[in-house]
Amino acid sequence: MVKLQENMDKLQEKTSENSNLKGTLASSFLVGFFLIFTWVSVYFLFLKRL
Amino acid sequence: MAETVKVDRRDAKLALAYIYVAFIALGLGGLAGLLQTLVRSGKFTLPANISYYTILTTHGVLLGLVLTTFFIIGFQFAAISRTAGTFSSRARFFGWVGFWLMTIGTAVTAFFILTGQASVLYTFYAPLQAHPGFYIGLTLVVVGSWISGFSMFTHYARWKKAHPGEVGPLLSFMAVVNMVLWLVCSLGVAATVLIQLLPWSLGLVDRVNVLVSRTLFWYFGHPLVYFWLLPAYMIWYAIIPKIIGGKIFSDSLARLSFILFLLFSIPVGFHHQLMEPGIDPFWKYVQVVLTFMVVIPSLMTAFSMFATFEMYGRSQGAVGLFGWLRKLPWGDARFFAPFVGMVFFIPAGAGGLVNASHQLDQVVHNTIWVTGHFHLTLATTVVLTFFGGAYWLIPHLSGRMMTKAMNRLAIIQTIVWAVGMCFMSGAMHFAGLLGAPRRSAFSTYANSPQALEWIPYQIVQAVGGTILFIGIILVLVIVTNLAFFAPKGETEFPVAEVAEQAERTPLAFENWKLWIGITVVLILLAYTIPFIDMIQNAPPGSKGYKLW
Amino acid sequence: MHIHKYEKIWLAFGIGCLFVFLTVLGVSAFAKGNQPPSCLTTIDPEKVDQTPPFNKLGLVKTGDNKYQLNMVASAFSYTPSQIEIPKGAKVTINITTKDVIHGFEVAGTNINMMVEPGFVNSFTKTFDQTGEYTILCNEYCGAGHHMMTARIKVVDKQWLKQ
Repeated sequence: MVKLQENMDKLQEKTSENSNLKGTLASSFLVGFFLIFTWVSVYFLFLKRL
Repeated sequence: MAETVKVDRRDAKLALAYIYVAFIALGLGGLAGLLQTLVRSGKFTLPANISYYTILTTHGVLLGLVLTTFFIIGFQFAAISRTAGTFSSRARFFGWVGFWLMTIGTAVTAFFILTGQASVLYTFYAPLQAHPGFYIGLTLVVVGSWISGFSMFTHYARWKKAHPGEVGPLLSFMAVVNMVLWLVCSLGVAATVLIQLLPWSLGLVDRVNVLVSRTLFWYFGHPLVYFWLLPAYMIWYAIIPKIIGGKIFSDSLARLSFILFLLFSIPVGFHHQLMEPGIDPFWKYVQVVLTFMVVIPSLMTAFSMFATFEMYGRSQGAVGLFGWLRKLPWGDARFFAPFVGMVFFIPAGAGGLVNASHQLDQVVHNTIWVTGHFHLTLATTVVLTFFGGAYWLIPHLSGRMMTKAMNRLAIIQTIVWAVGMCFMSGAMHFAGLLGAPRRSAFSTYANSPQALEWIPYQIVQAVGGTILFIGIILVLVIVTNLAFFAPKGETEFPVAEVAEQAERTPLAFENWKLWIGITVVLILLAYTIPFIDMIQNAPPGSKGYKLW
Repeated sequence: MHIHKYEKIWLAFGIGCLFVFLTVLGVSAFAKGNQPPSCLTTIDPEKVDQTPPFNKLGLVKTGDNKYQLNMVASAFSYTPSQIEIPKGAKVTINITTKDVIHGFEVAGTNINMMVEPGFVNSFTKTFDQTGEYTILCNEYCGAGHHMMTARIKVVDKQWLKQ
């Protein structure tokens, strides 16, 4: 019973690993780069005014 | 399927009552906002000796406190009724008690603001002292919201009792998390108002400890913004997937992000007090770290949203890295308005990271950058999502249907809003970096060359503000139509289902004792020592001032 | 709980960035001394004029090229309101208020302080460039809030009368 459950879990994991989310990853990273860009820009403004 | 698909008519009436007050507040508060941007352009003065700061207080209280709290509670009553079944007549009765307390409280507060007896802004920092009626009105609003919250808690508990061993419905669960968050944080504002400010304004005590009062306010003030944001997240996580025809990416991750918001959104109030004397910089940094932790659930949410959209697009045969974007229902205002809200959350979040970072806050603290920031978070992300929600919620509750024409108008409304906000908030951000202050009437600061540089930005703000006011008129037209004039019929209350490959949700998320326990521990960790310091090293208290 | 591989990558990247930001802030604050203004000194707001350092307002020389600038905020002005600072001076600004909360912002710089009754707030800055700076109140204090301003002039030393 436990084994079966484990197998089921593995199977489930596989299907979900395979779902194609490349666009999601790319979009998330674009968001991330924007966050970094903004933060670093204002940080440099702070340094310039130091 | 045990759930009721349609919200019970009696629950609908309650939810609608809250939502009507919210939109009335939007109209009045929006008018105040328009006047502010016009005054600040330097080209316009208020007639009849009306003070800029009276208008500013009206704007903040009506939009920051009334619009949000009323819409949220109305929406949550409807969402719980839809997903956890019709309220018992007792629970509903308390929902009405909450409604009337909040409405009377709002009216009392508004009276004292509009008669110029409480131009203290919605943050009411002591030792500026408003008329006691102002504090009493606000107390009624908060107490009313608590009673509504308890009505929701008891209803959810009843559902859990009837469904042992089952996970609560996602929307109901999220609404309960949000009300727990609200309850825990509003204790702070209740403490400062009831223990400090009210007795002081009544003349029962002479003096008030200013720093303690501010600290209690900001213990409340930051979770407040998450109390606004979480209902928008409810719509994104649990409703938008259904509207586009897709599935919830992961029920567990949605719940996890809500729990993380509960844990980390409260012990972070010092990031509003970073420039303040009397607080040791070590404790400021501790809360800066905790503030950054509350970014994590938003990172998770960003991924979940993209994943929901991509999975749906691919199921419709989209190819390429971003082909799925083209498959989304761009012509549906129920999707389009919240989607534009999501897009604006990206610059909003970026600005938030800046505000929360100690040293960077020195550049922007109390400049109009901050105003620009929360006009992205609250006044775009949250508000556009609420508008998108209203486009199906109101007709569902009023038994009507949104016509094609209204849908088109709602799309135009969203575009008008986005354009107006780009002008207004964009100009606010840039002027703020140059040093232009927030919460100030038009001034050239004794013809300072620096202040003269800000004026073009202030004119752009007025242009943006005017466009936004047109947006408010449009949404009020749509909402009035949906509530009273649209053709009768059945409108769906969309509730999404979980994707097939997502696993079962663990019951651990319902371990309220654990989550509230950790919340309390984190709060004590972040606040106990600096708070004791404040009281032990307190300077002489302050008398009240009426300087307006 | 199962998390998609890409989500793990994204969260690792995102959380990693947050920690980098926090480290930069922490090192700058605790190692280099760039703490936000957080003075812990208290004062009786009704006895400001008699209490040092506010019994001597304005620019006070404290050492070689080192100065204190002692200022008081009250509704709706700063005292003093015109300040001249020699170029290159390292100035510690001390400020307090006699009545309500005020702000103290030197526009276009990192000087940005809350001024609260009962507390002194303080910030140190070296003025390397000549020019004019506008001081303004950035925390609402009442009807004349937007009129509350002062001016700093950073001047070459030979111009400054001794």
